[in-house]
Amino acid sequence: MNYLFDPRHWSGADSIPTLIGEHLLYSLIALAIAAIIAVPLGIYIGVTGKGVFLIAGLANALRALPSVGLLILLVLLISPAFPSKMGYILPSLIVLVLLAVPPILTNTYAGVRAVDAAAVDAARGMGFRTMKILTDVQLPCSLPLVLSGVRSALLQIISTATIAAYISLGGLGRLLIDGKAQNDYSQMVAGAVLVALLALFFDQLLAFITRRVVSPGLTRRTIKSASPAEPVKTPVTV
Amino acid sequence: MNFEWLGRQSDNIVFLLGWHVLLAVIPLILGLLIALPLGWWAHRSRRIYPLLVGVAGLLYTVPSLALFVLLPLVLGTKILDPLNIVAALTIYTVALLVRVVADALESVPEDTVQAAKAMGYRGYQSLLKVELPVGVPVISAGLRVAAVSNVSLVSVAALLGIPQLGSLFTQGFQLRFFTPIIAGIVLCVVLAMILDGLIILLNRWLTPWTPKVVAS
Amino acid sequence: MIKFENVTKAYPDGTVAVDGLNLEAPTGKLTILVGPSGCGKTTSLRMINRLIEPTSGTIYLDDQPTSGMDAALLRRRIGYVIQHAGLFPHKTIVDNVATMPVLLGESRQKARIKALELIERVGLPASFAKRYPWQLSGGQQQRVGVARALASDPAFMLMDEPFSAVDPVVRGQLQDEFLRLQREIGKTIIMVTHDIDEALKLGDQVAVMRVGGKLAQMASPSELLTSPADEFVADFVGRDRGYRSLGFTKTAGAVAIGEEAVIQLGASADEARAKASGAWVLVVDGSRKPLGWAQPELVRGEVTREHLNLSGIPAVVSGTMRQLLDAALSSPSRRGVVVDENGELIGTVTATDVVKAIEAEPHLETAR
Repeated sequence: MNYLFDPRHWSGADSIPTLIGEHLLYSLIALAIAAIIAVPLGIYIGVTGKGVFLIAGLANALRALPSVGLLILLVLLISPAFPSKMGYILPSLIVLVLLAVPPILTNTYAGVRAVDAAAVDAARGMGFRTMKILTDVQLPCSLPLVLSGVRSALLQIISTATIAAYISLGGLGRLLIDGKAQNDYSQMVAGAVLVALLALFFDQLLAFITRRVVSPGLTRRTIKSASPAEPVKTPVTV
Repeated sequence: MNFEWLGRQSDNIVFLLGWHVLLAVIPLILGLLIALPLGWWAHRSRRIYPLLVGVAGLLYTVPSLALFVLLPLVLGTKILDPLNIVAALTIYTVALLVRVVADALESVPEDTVQAAKAMGYRGYQSLLKVELPVGVPVISAGLRVAAVSNVSLVSVAALLGIPQLGSLFTQGFQLRFFTPIIAGIVLCVVLAMILDGLIILLNRWLTPWTPKVVAS
Repeated sequence: MIKFENVTKAYPDGTVAVDGLNLEAPTGKLTILVGPSGCGKTTSLRMINRLIEPTSGTIYLDDQPTSGMDAALLRRRIGYVIQHAGLFPHKTIVDNVATMPVLLGESRQKARIKALELIERVGLPASFAKRYPWQLSGGQQQRVGVARALASDPAFMLMDEPFSAVDPVVRGQLQDEFLRLQREIGKTIIMVTHDIDEALKLGDQVAVMRVGGKLAQMASPSELLTSPADEFVADFVGRDRGYRSLGFTKTAGAVAIGEEAVIQLGASADEARAKASGAWVLVVDGSRKPLGWAQPELVRGEVTREHLNLSGIPAVVSGTMRQLLDAALSSPSRRGVVVDENGELIGTVTATDVVKAIEAEPHLETAR
């Protein structure tokens, strides 16, 4: 804990605030890219039923891939083409996005599929056009699952971004990797605590946002929400 | 791919694979054994369910590398002790399975439970002979997820210098050499698929009454 | 008016869901499409608002072919009620009901005021407005579904099995209330059901469809019961159609109503015995409303509520032969109690009297 409370580590080039900032920057960029890819794709597959094989196949395959191996492989492949820092930032971002896409994709798909068919039929029967059915019925109703996918994805990203310090990416992982290299356990613990707190904070933040934006008509607070149709929460595999 | 290198390293690779299997499978079994009673408890008590599932959710959010580093503080182990990895992965497995087990027991039709009671099954008999077997498909679905993610998670421990297939990644990175990296990825994926397949087979063996399609 | 002209729906795999349907649903009337599953009744309904496009033929809405209209705009002119209500789970009841007016450009506030009126009109308390659909029972959700369809005051309504997902008791209530509502609003309605009893109870006219999407018979309920067009219709309408057709035969003075001596609560056992005919005596309240039958044999002291047998169902004098017969058969004294519109006693009838009246006049004036 000494490391964490030493004021020298709270200002300057490689200070804790800088590392947190970097960690967040990479994480949020990756999350945004993943969401931009996965949400529309998930909606498309959910609404049209085309490409369902992508959901089961891709999601499972990507879960089995070891992220450390993937990260290192991509760095060795890509870094020679980029002389600058991009040589490790780019592969890191690619891996982060790759790992974040499946939970968002599968949950968005599941969310859209789970929308009450009768509600969609009623909307169409009342003269809603396709786009309006999407924005007024299908999206709001699938929001809880979409957001739960985003939550899993963000945890996955924060976790994997920590590991990416091994291939020189900035962020809180630096404390863990550098601490290991310098045999400085105190520094490692500081990094571990900060990463864990960061993950907890964002998890709770997203839980809070979910409560605020999801209609109470959908959450119907019951203690045991066990329904077999509910997809198993995608775990963080890093 | 440099197959000559692979040949020379085969003993070492088998050693790493062995460790990888142990580090992935032991927590899976321990986690299941711990999660079964906890899940049953959560299923029985409406007050315990949100508590256990909430704590499990919080544990799940802790990134693996951080957990590997923090556990020595709790367990009093050395940072290089493989026990840390076993403990960490057991925690993840329990965190995932508690909810799965509770939901699996919840998914058993009330009629079935009542029928068991009506035929004179005692509480534990009904649990062991009726409720758990009927809940097996749901539990195995959760177990498959845990198994596949454990295999991936173990390799993270390479960053701390604990030997298993992940060591091939760090080795390859230091040598700028693709062969061990690709070999490591392939072995990890194959191992994950084998574990996944074994659980599917186990599920089929335990639930001969279900159609021969296992939902993922 | 909604008119089908030679409408056919065939799918690429060769199945013909609807085959050359010709049908006219008159303005202000409730037309029912009924038939076994697979007869194309729902397909026919969904072709009206073009959720399904016909393969050939034309459907007219007030003499305008629907094929030339913008599908979404067409649907906004037609109320649509479906089996499981299809309420929007993320919106409150009042916002669900306000959906159509808002879609048609009304301000949210005005739409909500109108929606509140409708919620009460379909028999729900105004306090339900702020609730979400999951907090309502199936029957309540269905009422909201009807209110939502009525909110834009459409001239036409399509209803697909609107009452079949609720239990029989609630279904009966919903049907009765819906009939009352339709009498006030007089919409041009086409309703689909697989339940012949519902069809006969609600329909101004009933179209029976057979598997393969062909119209078997289109007739009023009583005509369907008394003269089914063929064996299929006869079979579908059911074995006890003779008895059921009595439900469409008005009593209208055809049956002689006998006088019945009555007592009031508190009468002595002696008085009860004196007034009784056979083993039973009818007990009424101060305004001659029947309360039940009593057996003087069992009375010690005076007649109290405990002595009353309540199994008899009184028939209203302006009702149908079926109700009259039912009153006689359900009464413990075998004398059916007949009351006027205010529920006051007129007299009693026996099953024999009713059957005699039916035999004497086989072609009594029908109720509809």
